[in-house]
Amino acid sequence: MASIEVGGKSYETDEEGYLVNLAEWNPDVGNYIAKEEKVDMTDNHWEVVNFLREYYDEYQIAPAVRVLTKAIGKKFGAEKGNSQYLYDLFPYGPAKQACKIAGLPKPTGCV
Amino acid sequence: MADAITAPPYRIIPIIPALKPGSMAGSIPYIANEKMQEAIGFPGKLADNWQETHDAVIAKMGELLSKYRSLKVYLDACVHCGACSDKCHYFIGTQDPKNMPVARQDLMRSIYRRYFTLPGKLFPKLVGARDLTREVLDEWYSYYNQCSECRRCSVFCPYGIDTAEITMAAKEILDSVGYGQKYSNEIIGKVHKIGNNLGLPGPALENTLEGLEEDVKEDTGIDVRFPLDVKGAEVLLITPSADFFAEPHIDSLIGYAKVFHASGVSWTLSSMASEAGNFGMFIGNYEQLRKIALRVREAALELGVKRIVVGECGHAWRVAYSFWNTLIGVGAGANDPYAIQLQNQLDLRYKQPMHICEFTWDLIQRGGLSFDKEANDKHIITFHDSCNVARASRMGDLPGGQFEIPRNIIKTVANNFVEMRDNTTREKTFCCGGGGGLLTDELLDLRVKGALPRMEALQQVTDSHGVNFMATICAICKAQFTKVLPIYGFDRRVVGGVHQLVSNAIKLGDK
Repeated sequence: MASIEVGGKSYETDEEGYLVNLAEWNPDVGNYIAKEEKVDMTDNHWEVVNFLREYYDEYQIAPAVRVLTKAIGKKFGAEKGNSQYLYDLFPYGPAKQACKIAGLPKPTGCV
Repeated sequence: MADAITAPPYRIIPIIPALKPGSMAGSIPYIANEKMQEAIGFPGKLADNWQETHDAVIAKMGELLSKYRSLKVYLDACVHCGACSDKCHYFIGTQDPKNMPVARQDLMRSIYRRYFTLPGKLFPKLVGARDLTREVLDEWYSYYNQCSECRRCSVFCPYGIDTAEITMAAKEILDSVGYGQKYSNEIIGKVHKIGNNLGLPGPALENTLEGLEEDVKEDTGIDVRFPLDVKGAEVLLITPSADFFAEPHIDSLIGYAKVFHASGVSWTLSSMASEAGNFGMFIGNYEQLRKIALRVREAALELGVKRIVVGECGHAWRVAYSFWNTLIGVGAGANDPYAIQLQNQLDLRYKQPMHICEFTWDLIQRGGLSFDKEANDKHIITFHDSCNVARASRMGDLPGGQFEIPRNIIKTVANNFVEMRDNTTREKTFCCGGGGGLLTDELLDLRVKGALPRMEALQQVTDSHGVNFMATICAICKAQFTKVLPIYGFDRRVVGGVHQLVSNAIKLGDK
């Protein structure tokens, strides 16, 4: 099994770098994965990542892109409530890349 | 992650490309781990002792040869005429000669000849037979995971050899000896555990659907429902779970709901069968194919529906149209008690199952829907035929209905429609490059290369007619194109669903 090393502690990941045990996640781990993904984390990024984690806590899955854009728009301002904004933040796709940084499992299937 | 992957150049003259032997030998998808394998009834991993694996492969191959006569015919019949060689999108895009359909077949044919034919047993070298080694098995894993089972090559084969069936057999053999592919097998596990490929639990589905009701109300002022688990509804809609989650898929889901609303026909989704996709077909495993399909029957019986309609999903429509009859009793053929119960429950005045495009087109023809075509005027539209719909199913009452009905819908709801060039559409359509269980990130290089012929055809109509929207009726196609279009210099939103266009133009409430 692959792993990453953050702050002297080792975290188990899958082949693609998704955290195996999501309870182990902390912001330092998020920052580390983001760096690997070449995403420069700003407050805007953290708004999304934190929302993803909250949603996951409740529903055991990441939100649909549409649910995410709507929620971000409502919470942080209408100008942020569109998928282009999310793609600009997470170029590899908000669903997969943002989930990875948030320590959530990868959405599977035809997505 | 993806930044190293670039699109191959368009071919100036689309002829057989120069060969690059071995160029894709390193394309190897992640192997399913023991937990994923065992969860769906396969051995966790390869045996430590090669001889044991060797014998198991040959035994499984013998079993499949005796069970599927087609497989034996396909392995026997090829005369190496070469008609298929330049018909595969993966060969065109990768230039690796092992991606020629005939060469892909030969990976198995050479083993078949060695162990199952007399000349191959006596004079292997003379007849292209070879011993099964670990290297051969690894080669199978790599190159059978470079076939999307799209069946384009079979259209051109004078004997009708179906490479997809050989690929499916190879995947079945690999799974049976503990050498499974992660993407497909993890997903199959999720279908059984959670109800869909995505792993979307019931409460999340409910939340998503409620959100969609709010959105549509906001957009149109009309209460369009997205019902879930409603007993006694007329129609059960079985659709890919990506429709609940991804862009642009969700826009087609909104389209289905608006059509049902306008039709006045009561309908429901099911949280138990919240997935149309059936990856059991991709891995060539009959037991999984059936087990996944049985969820649909269970949901239909429980909800007491009269009709089953299938959403925009290519391979699901193949499974539904071609196999649901004998698998679960939607259509004639199965004769176990539950199949008979379902037969008696369903209203046989309607097609069972029915594709959502058939449902919509039928209503259009009867004057039941009206549209504001100008709402789609910003789009100049072309249609990408999805392989499993095009080459493995049908719609409507006339041959070729699977080609005409989606096009007829588009022409009804929009003013600007342009065809891509002839040998890239209808039964000769090119795969999107992501079908058959290959829609996974680690195969992105293969997916980008495999999309080349489709991107060439799209570029042509973009240049000549300003096409800016490619409609399709498959969740895999939508996800694949969303990913690869930008790598070819297009906007990712160029791809979308047929019912997304329906949704844009349909008039609700003021017919």
